[in-house]
Amino acid sequence: MPDSDTLPPVPESRAISRKRTRLSLVWIIPIVAAVAAVWVAVTRILGEGPEITIVFQSAEGLEAGKTTIQYNGVEVGTLTAIRLSDDHRQVITTAQMEPKTDSFLVEDTTFWVVRPRISGANVTGLGTLISGAYIGMDIGHSKEKKRDFVALDVPPVVTADAPGRFFLLKTPTLGSLDTGTPIFFRRLQVGEVASYELDKDGTSLSVKVFVKAPYDQYVTPNTRFWDASGIDVSLTASGLSVQTQSVLSILIGGIAFETAATDPILPAAEADTVFTLFSDRTEAFKLPPRLPQTYELVFTDSVRGLTVGAPVEFRGIPIGEVTEVRAQVDGKTFEFSAPVTILLDAPRLGVQIQDMDPGADFETLRRKLIDSLVAHGARAQLRTGNLLTGALFVAFDFFPDAPPATVDWSQKPVHLPTIPGELAQIEANVVSIIKKIDEIQFKKLGEDVDKAIAELDRTLASARGALDSGRTTLDSANKMIEPNSVLGAELANTLQEVSRAARAVRVLADYLERHPEALIRGKTGEAQ
Amino acid sequence: MSTAAASAIQLGLQSCEGCGLLSRPEPGEEEGTCPRCDHELEFRKAGSIERSWAFLIAAAICYVPANVLPVLTTVTAAGRESDTIMQGVVLLWSPTGWPLSLIVLFASIMIPSAKILALAYLLITVQRGSIQNNAQRIRLYRTVELVGRWSMVDVFVDAFTVSLVQLQPLMSVEPGPGLFFFAAVVVLTMLAVESFDPRLIWDAASPREVRHA
Repeated sequence: MPDSDTLPPVPESRAISRKRTRLSLVWIIPIVAAVAAVWVAVTRILGEGPEITIVFQSAEGLEAGKTTIQYNGVEVGTLTAIRLSDDHRQVITTAQMEPKTDSFLVEDTTFWVVRPRISGANVTGLGTLISGAYIGMDIGHSKEKKRDFVALDVPPVVTADAPGRFFLLKTPTLGSLDTGTPIFFRRLQVGEVASYELDKDGTSLSVKVFVKAPYDQYVTPNTRFWDASGIDVSLTASGLSVQTQSVLSILIGGIAFETAATDPILPAAEADTVFTLFSDRTEAFKLPPRLPQTYELVFTDSVRGLTVGAPVEFRGIPIGEVTEVRAQVDGKTFEFSAPVTILLDAPRLGVQIQDMDPGADFETLRRKLIDSLVAHGARAQLRTGNLLTGALFVAFDFFPDAPPATVDWSQKPVHLPTIPGELAQIEANVVSIIKKIDEIQFKKLGEDVDKAIAELDRTLASARGALDSGRTTLDSANKMIEPNSVLGAELANTLQEVSRAARAVRVLADYLERHPEALIRGKTGEAQ
Repeated sequence: MSTAAASAIQLGLQSCEGCGLLSRPEPGEEEGTCPRCDHELEFRKAGSIERSWAFLIAAAICYVPANVLPVLTTVTAAGRESDTIMQGVVLLWSPTGWPLSLIVLFASIMIPSAKILALAYLLITVQRGSIQNNAQRIRLYRTVELVGRWSMVDVFVDAFTVSLVQLQPLMSVEPGPGLFFFAAVVVLTMLAVESFDPRLIWDAASPREVRHA
């Protein structure tokens, strides 16, 4: 070991005094780091909301870790995993919700995939063209907590918190309706079709419609809803009628509702009240049957143009409508006939019964009335209501010449006597006329006409000769009275003479008036 | 080799880390300042092992959130997307982009972890008074010291990206909490390396008591 003395001289460093701490303050750094890390971890864990599963039919456009769940545009969760269900039919997704979203996840909360949708009246989800699909959410009102959801196939049109009411419409066919189809009230758009589904028995559809507040108060239990889709062109026995709600409804369909002015004013209908969806406005406002009776009319003439719903009129007053048109053949005579079932309900169509005994039985009255009418020759007849379309209607009228008939009240339904239609009668007449025309010998007729014309020609020639001589006579007469003619001059002289003579007579007359004695004495001297 | 030669500390001398001058402390003192350059002189860095351990443990703690938490949040019209370092590596991995992906993998994940492990190894061996592989250990220390600062590149790139990509409302980039932890890891490991006194590697081979002989 070398001694310090053997080293060359080395300068000494200056001393500094410093207190040494036992435990270095440097340990604060790992403690701070640990605290920070723990704090971050704790906030992360506490900051995580509930985890839910949502079942979709298809995961198209969904991406784990990217697809977000949004409520009214606010991000409330993110999809964390997507996997197929065990039977490979569905897609089960797991989503991590934001903290404090517990209260959103209740029994009737709904989820759906928002994709760009263009449907008639509205275009939605355009933002997803760029951002990709996201999951929409509508918070339910239930108190029941839920963690596993099944997504809707179609986004709901109306969110649960929108003010207004839902109603159910029953319809046999959907027609051109779709979710989002507008609802009109006095041609004002007041709601939309929210959803529709086939009833369990498959015979009708339930269309769920949403009517926005404050318009929902106009829906009362006696409100009528009808399909106002497109243009309603109906060509019936009463002619052509065109009805529409708005241009929008022409394009995408629509439903209209209204309460008849004659109906009593009722309080607003409860939510989810079931209404019938009528096919059109006329249908909707038909009064309900009051005293309906079914009769059968057997026509032997063609029923082409007679449709179910065609009116039945009594001398022009509507009293019912056709409910069924059938065909039957007689097994013995092989005669075809068309039994037409009609439903008469005169009181509903506005025929009032006056002076009826309060205690009188309507049925007896009716029988008496019909018996009396038939006895007086009342018969049903098919008539053409519209020449253009050939639509027929049933008319009751009096035909005093009709063969007598009675009504058998034991039949069900009761048969009323009929008489061939006007058209059939006209047809028969026209046929007989044509037959007569056929009988005419047109050739002989033509020859006769020819002969007659030749005769006429000759007659005309002689007539012309007569006219010529007549003109000659007139010409000479004309010459005679010409101003320079001899006759004229003589006539003038003669007339002058006559005028002179007349003057002399006037002078004489004057004189005689003053001197009447001159008649006896002759002219006196003093007069000269 | 060097173990045979006497070290400065055995002779009661201090070498200046600033100018390299050898000097003897005042009698009875262990510290002083360099008479030539006024640099503080110590036989060995005070509490080197303790400080180094402290920084290293802090770095190790921060390393976990640095890798678990997102470092960058990209906000585009398509939504927010937060990526951790590892997700970034995966994202960059493509037939053409794999070199970049590897750079990020090395600079941001492997180097910090390797640094922490290497320092831990050095500290443990020094504390146990190991006399083996001294040459390798000093080489390891130098490598760690050299390479350590490059991890900061990641932090700088992120900082630049955040400040440059602010195309509101189309797109913007926000720093994630992971970035702060990552920066802390880099800084803390650098401090740990700085605190470590490589001369300690050889002290085990030559006992310090000789000085007073």
